[in-house]
Amino acid sequence: MIEELTHEQILRYSRHLLMPEVGLQGQIKLKNSSALVIGTGGLGSPVALYLAAAGIGRIGLVDYDIVDSSNLQRQVIHGTSTVGKLKVESARDRLTDLNPDIQVDIYNEPFTSENAMRIAKDYDILIDGTDNFPTRYLTNDVAVFLGKPNIYGSIFRFDGQVSVFYAKDGPCYRCLFPEPPPPGLVPSCAEGGVLGVLPGTVGTLQATEAIKVLLGIGTPLIGRLLLYNALDMSFDFVTLKKNPNCRVCGPNADIKELIDYEEFCGVPGHHADDTSAGANWDITAQELKERLTRDPNLLLLDVREPHELQISAIKGAKNIPLGEVAQRMSELDSAEEMVVFCKRGSRSARAIEILSSAGFKKMKNLKGGINAWAEEVDKSLPLY
Amino acid sequence: MTTLRIPTPLRTYTGGNSEVTVTGGKMSEAMNDLTTQFPAIRPHLFNEAGELRPFVNLFVGESNIRDLQGLETPIKGDDKILLIPSIAGGGFDTAAMVE
Repeated sequence: MIEELTHEQILRYSRHLLMPEVGLQGQIKLKNSSALVIGTGGLGSPVALYLAAAGIGRIGLVDYDIVDSSNLQRQVIHGTSTVGKLKVESARDRLTDLNPDIQVDIYNEPFTSENAMRIAKDYDILIDGTDNFPTRYLTNDVAVFLGKPNIYGSIFRFDGQVSVFYAKDGPCYRCLFPEPPPPGLVPSCAEGGVLGVLPGTVGTLQATEAIKVLLGIGTPLIGRLLLYNALDMSFDFVTLKKNPNCRVCGPNADIKELIDYEEFCGVPGHHADDTSAGANWDITAQELKERLTRDPNLLLLDVREPHELQISAIKGAKNIPLGEVAQRMSELDSAEEMVVFCKRGSRSARAIEILSSAGFKKMKNLKGGINAWAEEVDKSLPLY
Repeated sequence: MTTLRIPTPLRTYTGGNSEVTVTGGKMSEAMNDLTTQFPAIRPHLFNEAGELRPFVNLFVGESNIRDLQGLETPIKGDDKILLIPSIAGGGFDTAAMVE
């Protein structure tokens, strides 16, 4: 049943109703439309806020995380008062405060091959607010199989990408990126950082595209990719074509149903301890403390970026950033034992892989990185 | 001389440069020039067989070279080349896939 607008809603949306491109009929269309926002983080925050404000009648939110104070630099849907709460509940409360007329469905679970089709099938559009490759490929494939538009946004440091992947009328995400990079080659935002306002810009562009697609107005970014760089303040557009060899939307597609996306992307599952280089390499912060008592000259190799040393450091450690390890390994003695560390343990695991393939054997990886050291041994150091 | 735009994830390997000037009449020559100037970027763009990795795209102007003649695509001096890698960030804070 098509719902009309109440007098209160006509007042609330009057700035929309004044524009002929939206008008009363457009606003009623938005009220009767639905969007699934996958992720309520940096991108999901502005997307969900603006879709709620715009009067999208039903918004689904998928996330299974808890609000952390380190999120608030960019995840503006949450607040200091909701730190420690479920993100989906924190986000729902903010959305229904902004617009009590809308329905917000929450899914406090990871978006997986098992639940994705069930969750997504009743929404008009999907909005990709994820921060990892497995969920991006999953979101793409779900959108292709269900025949729904996928409003894509992605960010890293100062770079943003936005597109509308809609296989019915144009390419999908896999047409552009058939395969993800191997783990470790591209750092995540938690490792590489991100300008807090960047997901605001990119997410707001996604919300704009979502509203246009739902209204059927303007020229959406179907078959085009927007590239934004905040540092250069540059916007570039490129044309995307359907890839005839695409494995999900091409004429000879061989992927007909959802697959194991963690396996496809070569990463461990959602709850795996992924900051470990493997049990053989690991040393815990407590064990390292005991080792240093016996052997104070033990070499500590810090593979973080130089500016991270200003945040926290272990005295006496030698700094070679991960990106320079391959070129500077001659500074290291393979006969000497060393403990490698970074922020949380994954860059050091990668450094150990590089050094190991060059013949280094006497290495340990500080499990949990300098943050574990700060939590368990030297509480004077901050967590970051 | 053609201008090649470097996205932030790859600027680590170009000495922080956001743009690099390269020479060559076709994309393979321009890429050879880039990887000669900045050898550390090579494994991020090409596999051992010298093929462009599937998570990296090169565009001449608005067109993907995969839709043109691949690395044989001719380029002119005033062309702008864009390097477009896949990036995954966004904020679905899963169990920190990398860190």
